[in-house]
Amino acid sequence: MAKTITKFRWFWVWDFDKEEKWFNEMAMNGWALVSVGFCRYTFEACEPGEYIVRLEMHGVNSSDSSYVSFMEETGAEYIGRVFQWMYFRRKSELGPFDIFSDIDSKRDHLRRINKMTLIAGLTNLVVGFLNSMNGSRLSWINLVLASVLMYASGRMKGRIDALDSERLLRE
Amino acid sequence: MFENLALTEATYYILLSLHSPQHGYGIMQQAEALSHGRVRLAAGTLYGALNAMVDKRWIVQLPVEDGSRKKNYQITELGLSVLKQELERLRELVNNGDAILGGTNASAGAAQNGKTGAAQTTGGRNNG
Repeated sequence: MAKTITKFRWFWVWDFDKEEKWFNEMAMNGWALVSVGFCRYTFEACEPGEYIVRLEMHGVNSSDSSYVSFMEETGAEYIGRVFQWMYFRRKSELGPFDIFSDIDSKRDHLRRINKMTLIAGLTNLVVGFLNSMNGSRLSWINLVLASVLMYASGRMKGRIDALDSERLLRE
Repeated sequence: MFENLALTEATYYILLSLHSPQHGYGIMQQAEALSHGRVRLAAGTLYGALNAMVDKRWIVQLPVEDGSRKKNYQITELGLSVLKQELERLRELVNNGDAILGGTNASAGAAQNGKTGAAQTTGGRNNG
C-alpha cells in the first residue's frame, strides 16, 4: 500500500484558493491529495509535481454523477467531496489543469459560493434571533456563525465586482 | 432579442468543433488544435456551456452508444445559423480593422497621424 499522511486543517470559505494552493504545494513536495473529509486531508506519496489539484463548489441542482464522469472523460480523477465542495486532480503530464477558463464561468462559480454562504448566513441569523427571543443561552453561536458567513459573502461580492469590471472590456 | 450580440470565444469554438459529432474531451482538443494551443477550454466551463447550448437547441446530445459512457454532441440547423451569423460579424470586424490599421506601414502611419492625401508619403518617409 502506498505511503499516506493525514493532515487536519481549517480553511475559511473565502480562502478556497489558498486551500487549492496548499494542495499543489504538497503535490510539488511529493504528496498528492487522495481523500478528503471535514477539515481532514489525506495525501499519498507521488512523484514531485505529478498532479495538479483543483476544487470547486458544485451547484446543488446539477447532476453530480454526469458531471463527475464528464470530468473523468477529460483525464481528471475525482477525489471526493465535502458538503458542496468537490475535489479533482489530474496528472500534470496531461498539461495545465483548470476547471474554469473564462471570466463568465469563474464569476458563476463565485456567485454559487456567495449564494450558499448567504443562505447559510441568513438561516443562522433567523435561528439565532428566534432562539434568543426564547431565551436560549446558546443562541450566540448562531449569531456568530451568521456574522462570519455574512463576512464571507462580502468577500465573495468583492471578487465578483472585480471580475465584473474586467468583463466590461474582456471575456 | 440577443441575436445581434457576439458569441463568447468558448461558444464559438464549441459550435465549430461540433460540425461533426464530438465528445467533451474531443471538443477541448479540437479547440486547442484549431487555435494553435491558445484556447484551452476547462472542463467545468465546457460542461456549463454544453448544457446551456442544449437548452437553446443549438446542439443536440446524440444517443449514448452501448458500452460507452461518453456523450457525443452535434450542432443543429439552428446552431449552424447562429455560427454563420457570428462568422459574418467576425468578418466585418476583421475587414474594418484591416481597412483602418492594416495594409502597408505608410497607411498605418497616416491613420495614426490623422493626415490625409499628400501627407501620406511624407508620413511614411519620416517613419522610415
